Amino acid sequence: MREIGDIEAGRLDTAMLAANFADAHPPLSPAQAVVEANRCYFCHDAPCVEACPTGIDIPGFIRRIGTGNMRGSGQTILESNIFGGSCARVCPTEELCERACVHTAQEHKPIQIGALQRHAVDWLMARNVAPFARGAPTGKRVAVVGAGPAGLTCAHALARHGHDVTVFEARPKPGGLNEYGIAAYKVPDEFSQTEVAFILSIGGIGIEYGKSLGPDFTLDSLRRKFDAVFLGLGQAGVKALDLAGETLSGVRDAIDFIAELRQSPKAKVAVGRRVVVIGGGNTAIDAATQARLLGADDVTIVYRRGPEHMTATDKEQAWAQTHDVRIRHWAAPVRLISGTGARGDCVAGVEFTRTMLDAAGRLVPTQHRFVLPADLVLKAIGQRFAVDASEEMPVIRDGRIVVDADRHTSLSNVYAGGDCIAGADLTVVAVQDGKLAAAAIHRQLSGGM
Amino acid sequence: MADLRTSFAGITSPNPFWLASAPPTDKAYNVARAFKAGWGGVVWKTLGEDPPIVNTASRYGAVSYSGVRIAGFSNIELITDRPLQMNLDEIKAIKRGWPDRAVVVSLMVPCTEESWQRILAQVEDTGCDGVELNFGCPHGMSERDMGAAVGQVPAYVEMVTRWCKQHTRMPVIVKLTPNVTDILAPAAAAQRGGADGVSLINTVQSITGVDLDLMAPEPVVDGKGTHGGYCGPAVKPIALRMVAEIARALPDLPVSGIGGISIWRDAAEFIALGAHNVQVCTAAMHHGFKIVDDMIDGLANWMDGKGYAAVAAVQGRAVRNFVHWNDLNLNYRTVARIDQSLCIKCGLCHIGCEDTSHQAIAALRVDGQRRYEVIDRECVGCNLCYLACPVDGCITMVKQESSGGVLTWEHHPNNPLRKEAAE
Repeated sequence: MREIGDIEAGRLDTAMLAANFADAHPPLSPAQAVVEANRCYFCHDAPCVEACPTGIDIPGFIRRIGTGNMRGSGQTILESNIFGGSCARVCPTEELCERACVHTAQEHKPIQIGALQRHAVDWLMARNVAPFARGAPTGKRVAVVGAGPAGLTCAHALARHGHDVTVFEARPKPGGLNEYGIAAYKVPDEFSQTEVAFILSIGGIGIEYGKSLGPDFTLDSLRRKFDAVFLGLGQAGVKALDLAGETLSGVRDAIDFIAELRQSPKAKVAVGRRVVVIGGGNTAIDAATQARLLGADDVTIVYRRGPEHMTATDKEQAWAQTHDVRIRHWAAPVRLISGTGARGDCVAGVEFTRTMLDAAGRLVPTQHRFVLPADLVLKAIGQRFAVDASEEMPVIRDGRIVVDADRHTSLSNVYAGGDCIAGADLTVVAVQDGKLAAAAIHRQLSGGM
Repeated sequence: MADLRTSFAGITSPNPFWLASAPPTDKAYNVARAFKAGWGGVVWKTLGEDPPIVNTASRYGAVSYSGVRIAGFSNIELITDRPLQMNLDEIKAIKRGWPDRAVVVSLMVPCTEESWQRILAQVEDTGCDGVELNFGCPHGMSERDMGAAVGQVPAYVEMVTRWCKQHTRMPVIVKLTPNVTDILAPAAAAQRGGADGVSLINTVQSITGVDLDLMAPEPVVDGKGTHGGYCGPAVKPIALRMVAEIARALPDLPVSGIGGISIWRDAAEFIALGAHNVQVCTAAMHHGFKIVDDMIDGLANWMDGKGYAAVAAVQGRAVRNFVHWNDLNLNYRTVARIDQSLCIKCGLCHIGCEDTSHQAIAALRVDGQRRYEVIDRECVGCNLCYLACPVDGCITMVKQESSGGVLTWEHHPNNPLRKEAAE
């Protein structure tokens, strides 16, 4: 038995780390893309389009790949989704467009819509073909809070209309979760920054970094200085386990671990020899899989319900399991066990209780308990909206800003979208929020409302 | 197992699959490989008079369709570019080595009796089984008054065929060009000239595409292109029609079917519409000689399943059902039926009908789910949805009960020139 608190960086050599964190799903070759494109039936009223939150004309862009109209293909995608490049990489397509694909009904083998979308958008980006131009200046000014997918989509659409946009971003880099919250192997090679630069190349969008709502400015001040405000705040807070020992060394938030992996050389990121990840979403999957790829010996995800209840898709669960991550279902943590390692007091393990559903369908603990030894415990039980509710904020319900169909909040010139409003916490949904809000803002600024 | 031995124009072969006169049959090396692979016969690539012709670099063009390569194929190659004696020596050696296979020699010489007489004697000396007169090549040689330049003039076809029959004891096959308005005219001319059979189709005059950078027709030879001869799967329907036309009108004239035959089913269709055997080129050029394996056992297995003991039992079996439009029953009616349990909701049946046909398939939403339904009273039974549907068996064309029996245009009330039924 090795010591307690075995956490260190550089468990694998740099060549191994580079291989482990390379592109998880390498791109289609042009020849593969054409073959795949030609499988598409070019459906009428295509179910895949309906399944895409941004409503991309999927048969249209795929047909253009087949005909060799690559510019038209990429433009068709970006017209509906300016983050088409990252959505092609991170969307749970198996739950959205590809599940709806008629080939799924016919032969359980959908068109690889995500891979084709990546092929088309990468073609444009490789040639630096930004297909949209800034509109004639209107003199109207819009503030966007948060440079994530929702905020930048809104900013880009407003720039196309000729409005001036200022984006306020708390972090030092743009991209939001694309930059800080997604496994490195899904968006390797600084893709997120390249994509943001591609989007910002339209012009008319300024970003002020290190500026947070609350500490640095108030919503009221933005409403006075700008004609409209879009809030794409995300969920900066992290939910706590509410267990004793949560502050022990070796216990940290999975989202921070993921962010560190994106912002640091992999050889500098410390990981435990034995890792326990608590949670059932894609954050849990991304943290656990990357812990294994950093060289952890033993990684277990523990989730309080069954596999069908996990927000991580079947494909994501299988991905983790293929990387030798164990997933234990129906167990909830009850105690963080402390120990004394070479570097002092630290976490030594987690005690879990087995869970079950009672007759009324409620999740309840059982008498069965077990302990998983751990050098590193990663909490991935969800994020939360983190802005202090003050009287100037719009109406918030269940921790999310309330909006209407136009993403209009309870305040007259304030709109919101992305993870800070209700709905699925997906990049593609955030993009749609940004699009709808920009359209509504433009109507408002044009006197159309 | 079904007996695949066939006889065409008095020439027998162990199976009906011959290689057509083309690059695959230009040399002993290729032909020996073909016979080893199992081909029943070859028509040797066309011989001409010395000095040999010269071929271009860049000879083929092709049409790819939705990712399928060589759906159609085109060439601007001429006849053999090797010395006559070299070919004759190889033909003799091949026939000696493969006595059970059919070896027919294609010929094209200037349109004088002396030229034909001279080459026929030389060819007869090889011991080959027959000759095929190339009256079909539609490019290059036709500019020198040979090939299709002869085949497009029935009087020339008859004249040269007659010369050949006078100057050789070998069976004479006349290969016809499809680049004519009425295929029966040259076919009948060949028959009048005494031909033992005809083979068709030769290639169709074509330009497969344009190089949009060079602004030149393909295949491009140093920046310029010329029309070629089109063949491959794309021309099969054209060839089938012409073969059937001859089989119906000239039942005593044996036919060798050519044109896009790639698999056993194609061969079965040609034979059913009157061909005595078939000749293949493009499919072999695309995939090699080994395709004949499946052609042989595929045809035999199908014949066994249908109870056809020999090729003769299939030969011409569909010709009696190849009728003129005026003989079709206008009282026959079908309506499309969609098997909802198989439908994958692609909507192709609807959009084709809605945009381009009879607005007979409704696009519905039932409880939010897509549902495509045939509107019987609007459906004319055209088959479009059935053809477009990507799921086998999902759409069927169901025969409707009709009163009044068979009604052809000849007797239709809308026909101003109708014949009243006899009392």
